[in-house]
Amino acid sequence: MTEAADAAPPGGTEHGWGRLESALRDRRNRGGKCFVPYLTGGLGDDWLETICAVAAAGADAIEIGVPFSDPVMDGTVIQQANDRALSEGATPQSILAEVRGASADIGVPTAVMTYANIAHHMGYERFASSLAEAGISGCILPDLPLEEVGEWAACADAAGVETVLLAAPTAPDERLPRLCARSRGFVYSVGLMGITGVREALAASATRTAARIKAVTDMPVLVGVGVGTPAQAAEVCRVADGAVVGSAIVTRMLEGAGPDGVAGLVAEFRAALDAAHS
Amino acid sequence: MTAPAGGFMGEPSADGRFGDFGGMFVPETLVPACQELDRAFRSAWGDPGFRGELDRLLRDYAGRPSPLTECPNLSSELGVRILLKREDLNHTGSHKINNVLGQALLAQRMGKTSLVAETGAGQHGVATATAAALFGMDCVVYMGTVDIARQELNVFRMRLLGTEVRAAETGSRTLKDAVNETLRHWVAVADTTHYCLGSVMGPHPYPWMVREFQRVVGEEARRQCAEILDGGVPDVVTAAVGGGSNAAGIFAGFADTGARLVGVEPAGGAAVGRAVPGIVHGSRSYLMQDEWGQVLEAESISAGLDYPGVGPEHSHLAATGRATYEQVTDAEVIEAFSLLSRTEGIICALECAHALAWVSRARADLAGRTVLLNLSGRGDKDVDQMMGILG
Repeated sequence: MTEAADAAPPGGTEHGWGRLESALRDRRNRGGKCFVPYLTGGLGDDWLETICAVAAAGADAIEIGVPFSDPVMDGTVIQQANDRALSEGATPQSILAEVRGASADIGVPTAVMTYANIAHHMGYERFASSLAEAGISGCILPDLPLEEVGEWAACADAAGVETVLLAAPTAPDERLPRLCARSRGFVYSVGLMGITGVREALAASATRTAARIKAVTDMPVLVGVGVGTPAQAAEVCRVADGAVVGSAIVTRMLEGAGPDGVAGLVAEFRAALDAAHS
Repeated sequence: MTAPAGGFMGEPSADGRFGDFGGMFVPETLVPACQELDRAFRSAWGDPGFRGELDRLLRDYAGRPSPLTECPNLSSELGVRILLKREDLNHTGSHKINNVLGQALLAQRMGKTSLVAETGAGQHGVATATAAALFGMDCVVYMGTVDIARQELNVFRMRLLGTEVRAAETGSRTLKDAVNETLRHWVAVADTTHYCLGSVMGPHPYPWMVREFQRVVGEEARRQCAEILDGGVPDVVTAAVGGGSNAAGIFAGFADTGARLVGVEPAGGAAVGRAVPGIVHGSRSYLMQDEWGQVLEAESISAGLDYPGVGPEHSHLAATGRATYEQVTDAEVIEAFSLLSRTEGIICALECAHALAWVSRARADLAGRTVLLNLSGRGDKDVDQMMGILG
């Protein structure tokens, strides 16, 4: 057991980084900026095709939302996507099974984003191994802050799943190094004090928080929450290593844009990041 | 039953746990606000100046102490001696004012200028709106659209008191969803706004803090019982449980005695009855959920008990056996509501009629015993609904 825990995670490199962190570091090392779209799992009949199309359109990694009934960190778009996917019968098991069948086609690392109760109800150990078996590299459980993440993170580590932690604009200086030390894959720098959703302009806290985190870690720092347009993504990447975009992408899914329509938006984000930082 | 070190209903552990339950399961963005509240509450609760000011408000504004009422007619009908702790006689008509005055005073001490709260039946919303008016604070209350429709009068009361009532239109559109909306609101404004949570739930320090603000119910009842029971305590202490604040308050006064503690849940919202732990709204506790961990919608005749979870300390009291939790049906509740009206001239809230429904069902086992029942609120808000049912 101890030996397994000490070994590099499955798919990891000689540095002990998992697939997610390796892919993001790779993009950064090549002088680029990372783009990670969020898509709601189980939303519509073509969500899996959409994920594959988005990967081909230039995503460095993909967050797959597993719908939860009470998503307290999410705004109306993701709430609506959750409700629709749940009413269409999506379950954690159905989503993981479909991803497992398609992981070769997706071609970039994936991370599941859901809430703690989904993992807790299945059992942390079983949920972590289910992710690994589905070929999913990372996991984000936003309602497990640093003080509560230990039990889950130990199970995730043992299964080779990278647990990405969030860091908030209001986190005191002393908290940031501890968050970064416990985070795997990347550090999710929260763009503003609020819930997910597209805003008119990028909040000042987005770059400020990313800069504070970058000062204490070598790990990739990606900003999410309140990054909704290609221009905003490019702006935040003046400081950050990348951007996570959810609501803008999921809006396209809800509108029925289909794989090509969603991939088209992802290509716009990719182009904006490449143009601004090549 | 194994009593934890320090006994039951004391301070939670440093990580906000009551046994295996509790904690602070909130996004990183809310952690600083919860930690700030924990520090502020500890400091205030140890400050005689704060305690004195709160006691003064509870006496001069809320009307405490609330009486303890013997019920000769009801007792003779059921064959059980029943004592009612009359929280229905408080200003605003329920026990909710105890907690709200404490939190508003604390919010003011923390320099906050606004309050935000969730409400189910509207009792906590009205209490919060009242405190906001008294303290001159801005106030927003989230309420599910289903509850807005069935508790019109309380919606109007809140507006009259100067509070903005906002509809929670997602999910089951009841209390659970109002909590979600309130947390979403709070995260963006926590620097100026205090979340005045209405029950012994949520992230640490709320379950502990709200119980301490409600402890006054149990402490008063303990003294009042001692006076009429020759220094003794009742055989049974019972209260309705949704989130569980009125039960926590009255249990706290008797946790260190031999009194049997009985919480009563609606059959359609029996988080403790099902005993499956889960994580939602900031803490780990028993939670009604489906096979995948999606939170289920509670269903009860009483909007105030329409909550799929329960305060973490109740899960701990149940798991350790210090308290037991019974479930009653809507039909039993309606009967108890009528029984109390008819025998004692007290129209109680549907919430506390749950506790009486259990006493009535268990009267053979309770024959000759003394039962203290927390009559947590008055029934004015429910009369319209009951007219439709009993009319």
